[in-house]
Formats: sequence, structure tokens, C-alpha cells
Amino acid sequence: MKRHLLACVVMAIAQGCAAVHDQVLDTSETQTQLQLRQVQSKIFETNDKERTMRAVIATLQDLGFVLDKADLTLGTVSATKLDGYAMRMTVSVRPKDGGKMVVRANAQMNTTPVTAPAPYQSFFRALERSIFLASHSVD
Amino acid sequence: MRISALILAAWVTIASGLSGCVNEMAREALTLQPEALELRRIQTRRFETKDEHALLTASLEVLQDLGFSVDETEPDLGLIVASKNRDASSSGEMIGAFFIGAATDSEVTYNVEQKIRASVVTRHIGRSGTSVRVTFQRIVWNNLGEVSANESIEEQKLYQEFFAKLSTSVFLTAFDI
Repeated sequence: MKRHLLACVVMAIAQGCAAVHDQVLDTSETQTQLQLRQVQSKIFETNDKERTMRAVIATLQDLGFVLDKADLTLGTVSATKLDGYAMRMTVSVRPKDGGKMVVRANAQMNTTPVTAPAPYQSFFRALERSIFLASHSVD
Repeated sequence: MRISALILAAWVTIASGLSGCVNEMAREALTLQPEALELRRIQTRRFETKDEHALLTASLEVLQDLGFSVDETEPDLGLIVASKNRDASSSGEMIGAFFIGAATDSEVTYNVEQKIRASVVTRHIGRSGTSVRVTFQRIVWNNLGEVSANESIEEQKLYQEFFAKLSTSVFLTAFDI
């Protein structure tokens, strides 16, 4: 009986560890790292990092976000939207060879990561309108 | 064995339903709504100056006048982020809560504290103008320490007062966009 109890405790602890592991790494069985990156990224035909970042900031404000922080050197912008829920979003802007800019966004809704393509497609549509540039998917 | 399979199936259904719900909420949150333009108009003013840093400094002073503490600045992108914590209790709400609690024998909840956040963003527009856009939001906690409200603050009057103070601070007229 005691042995069974001990086994249960060990299993519960192991499961707890697995849960922490999964939460920290956001492991997914249905989506690979590359697929997620493709969903969250778009390439814009510009070499102007500051202009791109200012467009990202303006878009986030249009979408009802309040900015948390931004850094031109590292190319990151973070913002939070509160509307009965708390949505946190980080957008990074990175120059790419050939006068292009890679914009990557990742969002969480309350405590759940947003991994579906549709929300990111909406965001990039709004960003395109703000930046007046067409974007295309990353390879 | 069959029961555990059933439980697993139910759990997977609930989990996938929840994530679908989250994705739908997220899609809506990241879609431009028709009222976005009107909000932008309320939250933005144009000033006839090219001096973006002077406008940022003036905005910082106005935020300080309003009791905000600065959390983050990035002048190269024209950004100031500030916040303040304030009392969120109102005596009317507390009395109401106690009456309802006593009548229904349930736990009494009333708002206690709120955090108000603001971000100011400046941007060159046209040849000689600079725009300032400010946005406010708040999180409210009740007496049990739970979040009872989190929302954008959209009252037009509040923005008008902010820009009236900013105009005074920079000795410039603020124009609607």
C-alpha cells in the first residue's frame, strides 16, 4: 500500500515537472517551430527599420493596445490590450538582406498562447494598411 | 479502460473548444474595428512643429502633472509609457455591495484599487507637423484581490483635457487630425 502511495506521489511530481516543461517551452504536438514562425512572420519590402517600427506602434494603437515598451536598437515593441481580457503582444522588426524587413509578432490571450494563423493575418493586414506596403510570407 | 478513454475524449473536446474560443477572441482583438478611426481622432492631436522631442518632453510634464510615474521611454521612436495606482472604491458601491451581500448571504465584493496606464506616441506627419496620440487603460482589483475590470478608457472629455494641458505646456495650438 505504502509502495503504491509512493508511486503515486512520484508520478504526480513527474507530471508536475512535465507541465512546467510544457508551459515554459510551449511545446505543441500539432505545430512545428517552423510552422509557428511562418504564421507569425511577414516580410516587408523596405529597408527603413524606424519607419516600420513606427508603423507597428501606430497599428497597435489603432487596435486598442497601450504600449508597454519599445527599443529601436533591438527592434522590439510590446503592448497590452485590455477589453475584458488581457492580450499581450510583442512585435520584432529585423532587417534582412536585400533591403527587406522581417516583422514577427507573437501574442498571448490571458494565459494562452495565440498560435492560429487567422489572428496574425488580421494583424498584418492592419499593419499593411498603416505602412502602405504589401507583405509576403517568409519561406 | 473505456471510462478513461471517454474522459480523455471529453477532455480533448473541451481543450480544443477552449483554444478555438481563444483564437476567435484573438482574431477579433487584432482586427481593425470600424470605430478605430473615431478613436484615433479622439486620441490624437496635430501640432505645427517638427520638434518631436520638445513635444515628448512636454507630454512627459503633463503626465507628471496628472500624477503618473514613467515606466518606459524610447525617444527614437517617440514613445513614453507611464502608470499610476489609485483608489477605486466608491462609497455608494460599497454600501450596495454590503446590502446585496447581507441579503443574499454571499461574499461581499467591491472595488479597491486600480492601475491606470498611459502611452504617448509622437510621429511626424506632413511636412511641418507632428502628431501626439495618447491612450489610456485601467485594471481594477476588488477586495478579494481579483481583477474585476480591465478596459480601455475611451471618454472623450478626458482626452480633451489631456490635450488642453499639453497645448498650454508647449505654447502651441493643438489641431484635430
